[in-house]
Amino acid sequence: MAKAAAKTATTGTLRRPALAGREVLAGGARLSVLPPAERMSLRAPAASVAALSRALGLDLPVKPKTSASSGARTALWLGPDEWLVIDQTGDPLADCAKVKALHSAVGISHRNVAISASGPGAEATLAAGCPQDLSLQTFPVGACSRTILGKVEIVILRTAEDAFRVECWRSFSDYVLDFLTEAAGDAAG
Amino acid sequence: MTQPFRISGAGRLTPARSLRFTFDGKHLSGVSGDTLASALLANGVHLTGRSFKYHRPRGILSAGAEEPNALVGVERDSARRTPNVRATVQELYDGLTAVSQNRWPSLSFDVGAMNDLASPMFSAGFYYKTFMWPKAAWKKVYEPKIRAAAGLGVAPDQPDPDHYASRFAHCDVLVVGGGAAGIAAALAAAESGVRVILADEQAEFGGALRYEAGAKIDGTDGWAWAQQSVAKLAAMDNVRLLPRTTAFGYYAQNFVGLVERVTDHVARPDRHAARERLWQVRAKRVVLATGAIERHMVFADNDRPGVMLASAARAYLNHYGVAVGRTVGVYTANDSAYYAALDLKKAGVNVAAIVDLRDNPSGPAVEEARALGIEVNHGRAVTKVGGKLRVSSMTIEPKGGGGGRTVAIDALLTSSGWTPSVHLFSQSCGKVAFDEATKRFLPGTYAQDCVSVGACNGTDGLEATVAEAFDAGEKAAREAGGTRAKAPPPLTPPLKGEGDSEAFTPPSPLRGGVRGGGSGHPVVDASESWAGGMLGSGPGAGAGTTVKAFIDFQNDVTAKDIRQAVHEGMRSIEHVKRFTTNGMATDQGKTSNMHGLAIAAETLGKPIPAVGLTTFRAPYTPVTFGSIVGHAKGKLFDPTRRTPIHPWAERQGAVFEDVGQWKRAWYFPRAGEDMHAAVNRECVTVRQAAGLFDASTLGKIEVVGPDAAKFMELLYTNPWEKLDAGRCRYGIMLREDGFIYDDGVVGRLAPDRFHVTTTTGGAARVMNMMEDYLQTEFPHLNVWLTSISEQWAVIAVQGPKSRETIAPLVEGIDLSDAAFPHMSVREGKICGVPTRLFRMSFTGDRGFEVNVPADYGEAVWEALWAEGQKHGACAYGTEAMHVLRAEKGYIIVGQDTDGTVTPADASVDWAIGKKKKDFVGIRGLSRPDLVAAGRKQLVGLKTRDPKIVLEEGAQIVGDPKQPIPMKMIGHVTSSYWSENCGHSIALALVVDGKSRLGDTLHVPMPDGTVEVEVTGMVFYDPKGERLNG
Repeated sequence: MAKAAAKTATTGTLRRPALAGREVLAGGARLSVLPPAERMSLRAPAASVAALSRALGLDLPVKPKTSASSGARTALWLGPDEWLVIDQTGDPLADCAKVKALHSAVGISHRNVAISASGPGAEATLAAGCPQDLSLQTFPVGACSRTILGKVEIVILRTAEDAFRVECWRSFSDYVLDFLTEAAGDAAG
Repeated sequence: MTQPFRISGAGRLTPARSLRFTFDGKHLSGVSGDTLASALLANGVHLTGRSFKYHRPRGILSAGAEEPNALVGVERDSARRTPNVRATVQELYDGLTAVSQNRWPSLSFDVGAMNDLASPMFSAGFYYKTFMWPKAAWKKVYEPKIRAAAGLGVAPDQPDPDHYASRFAHCDVLVVGGGAAGIAAALAAAESGVRVILADEQAEFGGALRYEAGAKIDGTDGWAWAQQSVAKLAAMDNVRLLPRTTAFGYYAQNFVGLVERVTDHVARPDRHAARERLWQVRAKRVVLATGAIERHMVFADNDRPGVMLASAARAYLNHYGVAVGRTVGVYTANDSAYYAALDLKKAGVNVAAIVDLRDNPSGPAVEEARALGIEVNHGRAVTKVGGKLRVSSMTIEPKGGGGGRTVAIDALLTSSGWTPSVHLFSQSCGKVAFDEATKRFLPGTYAQDCVSVGACNGTDGLEATVAEAFDAGEKAAREAGGTRAKAPPPLTPPLKGEGDSEAFTPPSPLRGGVRGGGSGHPVVDASESWAGGMLGSGPGAGAGTTVKAFIDFQNDVTAKDIRQAVHEGMRSIEHVKRFTTNGMATDQGKTSNMHGLAIAAETLGKPIPAVGLTTFRAPYTPVTFGSIVGHAKGKLFDPTRRTPIHPWAERQGAVFEDVGQWKRAWYFPRAGEDMHAAVNRECVTVRQAAGLFDASTLGKIEVVGPDAAKFMELLYTNPWEKLDAGRCRYGIMLREDGFIYDDGVVGRLAPDRFHVTTTTGGAARVMNMMEDYLQTEFPHLNVWLTSISEQWAVIAVQGPKSRETIAPLVEGIDLSDAAFPHMSVREGKICGVPTRLFRMSFTGDRGFEVNVPADYGEAVWEALWAEGQKHGACAYGTEAMHVLRAEKGYIIVGQDTDGTVTPADASVDWAIGKKKKDFVGIRGLSRPDLVAAGRKQLVGLKTRDPKIVLEEGAQIVGDPKQPIPMKMIGHVTSSYWSENCGHSIALALVVDGKSRLGDTLHVPMPDGTVEVEVTGMVFYDPKGERLNG
């Protein structure tokens, strides 16, 4: 049976991401549920940042609301000692496992669901429920923040002038997609 | 077009663009650009409603947001019936259906009008002193009758089918009000490159320029200048224009709430379009350019339809091309009403007479009136009017009294002066100051980063207004950090020829001001026209008179009511307001407050500022519930959280229950089973074979760092330092006061890593409390907390066949009792995916909790289900889970505890590390009351009749024969039928419960008293042998 299960795993049907492949075109934005990614919650004091940066292959950002990317890996500053590391291909947990410097690395790949909001109405779509100033001048490409959308917590990363990555916890993804869908209908560009 | 009062060539609307509408079923036509009010007036309709209390016929008073009278219902369909719509702000659309309110059987013949005759009964404060006896009659007779008789529109009785949008916005400068001042401020601010939002409640920007015919700015007609300027602003990408948008509330730190009406003016709104949009704006600077509101004159029967504000009549003529009558009278105490008379006269309307309270009015307006041949009566007053459904005459008397004469009119335009709109300024916590010279309250001390400009700041005259506003806009932009300032704008401030353009430099005749001084009316004393006038009751309506001279039309408050309130002992304006309800209607006294205050001050013999001013509260004008609710309705009212295994449970026909935001499988009924049967079967199956339970909603926190164990020692009562990696412990968390806060099984994955579980409901607050203590009390600890509640799906596999069920799927973990004893945790694989496998039990039987990354949850469940089927396993829901744990006396925090239960009360004090010197709550535990005798303790209850299942929450007494009220000594916290035990079981908090074991107590219920025996908390397998069974 274990064999059979393993076989099933390799066919990929074991993994059933929330809202897999959902895509909505509404008003001024295209909303796409993004494929699964490796995610890690990284906590560390300032003294460990250099060692962790080396291990991760990018400079962990230390300025509020900024992110750093290298290849398919992005580190988002969420707090003075907190980063969300998202990776499409590699394994940031494994990279940090070697680091002796003080830190906490916890795998949260399945905790979050990512939705991309793009198009001329993307900013207004988010602004329906997010009280932050999302204008390009205060929230440029690469800016990120842990914030709220309506009644739930989200993390946003501006990936382009007219595109955001919205991360939320798995069970809130229905709400977030529904909220963004309704909001996009009122955000025609 | 049959609109007898539409004047050809007047106004700015295009007559060809005609629209149809109905009022009380009568088919009428209007013109695109009309408001409902202007269209009604074009058709000669003044009578639009009946008043709140006296059912007096009422007409259109104003042409704006301050309208207290012309409130109608607007109906699109059976679900879209909006009551109390101000006809003066409702834009006309083709097919609009409007109905009058508060009348029966018809608007012109209203039975309720007998209230008017019985008005002595309904005078100020009547509901405080009339109908007080007999007491019972108030609720059954008086109140329902009064409520039915008074009131305005009827609330819709169907769900609102519209949807409402919301938007957060940030800007450097928010300009509220799009009149000349607001536009000038926005232009100045926008030119510097900063982000500007300009909002105005009207459909078109321009404010008072709408009616100030002849005003010239920048060499062009004022209205045209406004439209050109707005077009220019619209073309700038740093400017957002919000017409049809009311700034209704000014909150802390320049947070302003605005509501934009998106479709209320559209004949056939797009089904997908939001009806309204709530804007929540955070502005670095706010410029308030909210203007001023004209007051009416207070005299007998001043509420008759056809009696209206002078500026309104001017707006209907100059913007909408509508004459409000054929023969109009004017009654004023200042200059501004003269311009209405002049404009009407020039448009061919007969102006019967101007009645001016002032003894020697002079100045250009007065002279022009005389020159046009208008009769000007100075030192005289209108003391009463004739007509009921429409004014038919006015009686002119010397203001000292004696010798009146009656003049036939069909409209009477009145003005007693202008009240600066300091509503938002006041809401911003700014303090107003009374300007003695002009008898008005003006912005005094500012509390926030805002500035008032123009009429709302008491600034008189268009030139001064535009200059002040432009400077303020520029300054606000600079202060907001307008670093991206462009080159000096082509439009420069209006004053003193500075700059390279004559923009804003008004032609010299304009110097003198506006309201009273448009360019067509040169050399006007601006201070007189803006600030002049009078407050309070006019001649014939003063002290000692009993006439109905209204000050608050919407709440039917007269000058006499205010005086009566003072005579009955009210001294503070706040008391006068509540006693008379002056200013308490939905118009919030925009036209009445100053009159009421002046009359109260006069009656009290005190100066106005000594009597005070009532508070201005949000919203400035009524705001729909829909716009406040916004997206938060239906499925967006609150998030609905579902576990990764939810789809499987749904396919199995599970019944779900709401647990906070979660949907949890409650039970899994099979064909023909009711809840009782399903739960009984599930409970028995788990103990006889095995059961699968979705425990994914449990809170989970990963505690990581070299000081993880130290942190756990401080947050939980239990000892953790010596817990080996790979082992688990049931942990209890207290609050500082010593009461149980949460509990859960904690596994130590590594010396520096704990996998903590919390209750489902406690997930967020436990995380918050831990973070709070870590950051404030224990910041020296090197440990970090990460919520992993949703990282892991949790499948509890419980029962004697649980090991057989999981074994074939697990790799890399020795499942033998020796290698993997009860209360252990291992990391390995199941179905080829990573797992954190816990050996633990919330049923008392052998059990496991399979944690897998969430996306694998459903597939792993299916695999376990398939294995379980071979052993007769079932899926069980939260109800069976509750029963099974209660059979074992396992508590549920929040059900068997209520925030006043200590570990000892709940018999879980074994979980307190006896040698520990510190943990949250340790001092609380030694408080005298927490160690005293007589505490309520958790015990088991068995009913003498085993079939009776007690009600949770039922009270417990010792002696059922004692007199009522009985002394209650406890209550039932959990109660179920236990199929496994063959009798009902219950847990209860009972005073000194542990010393009553074996005693008989009683549970009085409506249909008899239930006899119960106090027992221990464990009903099933008291020796705990089944954990390894």
